[in-house]
Amino acid sequence: MSTPIADIPWGVVLILLPLAGGMICFLWSEMAKIIGLVTAFTVAASVTGLGYQILTHGVYRHAVGGWGAPLGIDLYADGLSLLMLSATALVGLGVSVYSTGYFKGLRSGRFWPLWLILLAALNALFLAADIFNLYVTLELMGLAAVSLTALPGGRDALGGAMRYLLATLLGSLAYLFGVALLYHNYGSVDIATLGARVESSPAVMAALGLMGAGLLLKTALFPLHFWLPPAHASAPAPVSALLSALVVKGSLYILMRLLLTVFGPVDVGVEGLLGLLGAAAILWGSLQALRQVRLKLLVAYSTVAQIGYIFLAFPVVATAGITAWSAAVYLVFSHALAKSAMFLAAGNLLHFGGHDRIADLNRVVQRLPLTMSAFALAGVSIIGLPPSGGFIGKWLLLESALGQGRWDLAAVIILGGLLAAGYVFKVLGYAFTEASVTHESGVVPVTMEWAALFLAGGAILLGFLEPSVMSLVGIGDPFGIGEVIP
Amino acid sequence: MNVNTWLPLMVIAGSLLTGLIIFTLEEERVRLRTVLNLAGALIKVALVGWMLWGVYHGQHYEVRWALMPNLELALVADTLSMFFLILSAGLWLLTTIYAIGYLEGSSYRSRFFGFFSLCVTATSGVAMAGNLITFLLFYELLTLVTYPLIVHRGTEVARRVGQSYLFYTLFGGALLLIGTVWLYTLAGNLEFTPLGFLLNIGDEQRPALIAIFVLLITGLGVKTALVPLHGWLPMAMVAPAPVSALLHAVAVVKAGAFGIVRVVYEVFGVNFAADLGVVGPLAFWASITIVYGSLRALFQDDLKRRLAFSTVSQVSYIVLGVAIAGPIATIGGVVHLVHQGFMKITLFFCAGNLAETLGVHKVSEMNGVGRRMPWTMAAFTIGAFGMIGVPPIAGFISKWYLGMGALEAGQNWVILVLAGSSLLNAAYFLPILHASWFKEPPVAWPNEHDFGRKETAWALLLPPVVTAAVALGAGLLASLSFSPLGWAEIIAAREFY
Repeated sequence: MSTPIADIPWGVVLILLPLAGGMICFLWSEMAKIIGLVTAFTVAASVTGLGYQILTHGVYRHAVGGWGAPLGIDLYADGLSLLMLSATALVGLGVSVYSTGYFKGLRSGRFWPLWLILLAALNALFLAADIFNLYVTLELMGLAAVSLTALPGGRDALGGAMRYLLATLLGSLAYLFGVALLYHNYGSVDIATLGARVESSPAVMAALGLMGAGLLLKTALFPLHFWLPPAHASAPAPVSALLSALVVKGSLYILMRLLLTVFGPVDVGVEGLLGLLGAAAILWGSLQALRQVRLKLLVAYSTVAQIGYIFLAFPVVATAGITAWSAAVYLVFSHALAKSAMFLAAGNLLHFGGHDRIADLNRVVQRLPLTMSAFALAGVSIIGLPPSGGFIGKWLLLESALGQGRWDLAAVIILGGLLAAGYVFKVLGYAFTEASVTHESGVVPVTMEWAALFLAGGAILLGFLEPSVMSLVGIGDPFGIGEVIP
Repeated sequence: MNVNTWLPLMVIAGSLLTGLIIFTLEEERVRLRTVLNLAGALIKVALVGWMLWGVYHGQHYEVRWALMPNLELALVADTLSMFFLILSAGLWLLTTIYAIGYLEGSSYRSRFFGFFSLCVTATSGVAMAGNLITFLLFYELLTLVTYPLIVHRGTEVARRVGQSYLFYTLFGGALLLIGTVWLYTLAGNLEFTPLGFLLNIGDEQRPALIAIFVLLITGLGVKTALVPLHGWLPMAMVAPAPVSALLHAVAVVKAGAFGIVRVVYEVFGVNFAADLGVVGPLAFWASITIVYGSLRALFQDDLKRRLAFSTVSQVSYIVLGVAIAGPIATIGGVVHLVHQGFMKITLFFCAGNLAETLGVHKVSEMNGVGRRMPWTMAAFTIGAFGMIGVPPIAGFISKWYLGMGALEAGQNWVILVLAGSSLLNAAYFLPILHASWFKEPPVAWPNEHDFGRKETAWALLLPPVVTAAVALGAGLLASLSFSPLGWAEIIAAREFY
């Protein structure tokens, strides 16, 4: 059975379309807004197409130009890739709609090309089948992200962007060294081939160390998170949303893939360390978030903490298997939606009130109920309260931890949730206090309010969809469980 | 899908949709909002009535949705859930009428009534939860949607109170979550089952089960306001009167007490819990709370604070009835869920009336209010006598069954607690009644509003009169099979045999 939808090489479309869109936006900047929006919608449709293809035909593999590995470039998509692509498409849609209202004039012409290139890089990253292409996409993603961070100009933005640039370059470089080591030893960069050949040796350990350190730096896992808060807080709101929701997840995805496939056969024993760093990230990030007096910094530190949650799954995957992986996947997905919603909501408040001092927020929030609802719903998912995707993720994580008697992990999960409640409600508390509006406020376009609410609603809705989502993610057995998820 | 699956969903959706629509209304659309509020509440009462009729005739209403592998969101209408559901639907209708009258002319009413509806949605979910994870889901939802109601006044004090309310309840929720997940990893099941579902767990897990029991009950104890976890309740008085009424009678404290009922009877099973040796300490804890709450109530001059400490004390009667672990005491405890609801909401409505009409907030200002507001104070008197346990008001029935149950279970010390608490109840209610009926009214009330020939607005007067009448009727007609007592007897039979 072959239908037209199933025959289109959706993977190629997903990379070329935003790339071409970005070029056109650059050349024809008056039309950038329309082109960008159309591209984002088409990309989302293409992800649906790819999903249909994977659902009907199983794992997607496409040899670009007819040259297969080891000579040519392969594109590969299983359930995990599909999930990351879907998260990218959804957040991308929300952010694109939001940005049509946010960026005006010259800045609009600069934002759209960079964002579409970032979108192409992200899609390519999630579709790459070899570790060298992963490097290329990683670099492309990093550079696009840094440029977006520098967009507003000014001292804060450039300082944050510079720090970010150095961190991301250092990270990619370390990763590239690792790739070189592996290629030198095994003569291939294809993930599947490497997975079959790699065995424990000093060179492999060195490669893992380099690649792991580079990726952790880019993922901003504690204590390598130092670059994230200034960069994410100083960037324009839609860019912060993209950075927190998607860009850090790109490098995290590579790390997950590498540990699952290339280094799968090697008993590397880094899981315990990753879990420890994750726990430290949760506590440190949450405490820092609680201390902040500026809203965007608070949200940025919350990202540091929430990234930590995903790493807590690593120490328990060996025995908890699919439960722990589901937890990690679910935390990634729901954090992407919730955190982007939170940054967009913060952007609205900033836009409306002209500042993001938390203690003075009561002067603005009374007039933006939709934005506050978006912030509250996203907060529910970030805290891990039901019903939300964040709740499902944390429940599965707790289940994995308690099933193995890991009370230390359980304690961190709960404590992190309480601290998150502390910093979310530190903001929400001001949503109900009365205060007179002291100045003329900026008008927030209704699209910007609804975009934030749409993403936050998605994070809540995820709380009801775990079985369906996980059965999609299970296609192609990305976690090597070897069993079909019911 | 047939009507048996649709009905539980419609009960939830009835108030959920009402709330969501009200959020979108402009502040000035008073008439439309009132119509929506009343329509939502009436439809809910009708649906719950329909369901009650069905359950009474052996129908089974259930709807399930897969949340995670082996874990489902389950809404089930059994005798116990109906008991709580009818209470929440009925009191929601009355409190809505009251709130419409109470908040007339104030600001942010769309927000208020929106969250008010969501609050009842969460309570219905708590009532119909068919397993512990569904219960947890709606229990936490209840925390979230009551928060905006508590901070509704928007003052700095309200904000601080809101923060500490969250601190208490989310801490309790965290304990409940850990206990639930731990239980799930041990038992692989969370479905509420009469007589419990833990009988097949090996003896080596008994210490773990005891720890889980402590986690669950402590988590629920926060909302139930067991001492020393009660601190949020007197503080939450900063909320508007209809919210206090709802919080104390049906929403928050009752969700906690109802959770304890579910955990003891349908997770552990009351005999198994007694076997584990956990109900004795729970009975002791409840007794301490009963006495402590009454003692603190004695010394409050603020009327709403006095009533709040009275709630701390009264809700623990439910816990005590559960923890005595005998069938008769169970009837007494479970029936008090409804009895206390009607009596306490009457008292809060009346306190709100005094504040709104005369500006009276303190017990010391209440001299002679009975002559100025006879209907309100008549309702208050019935509620107060009920709390003390004077026959034939509903509270007497609860205390009678608790006492009989304690004797039957051989726990004679409980009689002392009941007697002592009743004396204290009398000590903090009778002076109020004496002052309001027999002392001379002052020359001028602190802040009097004129309502013409009536003592106050009809929307404020009708609800307490109705609830007082119900409290009286539930006691007078207790022997009918459809009374709260009759229904509690059916529930007790289900949990023991």
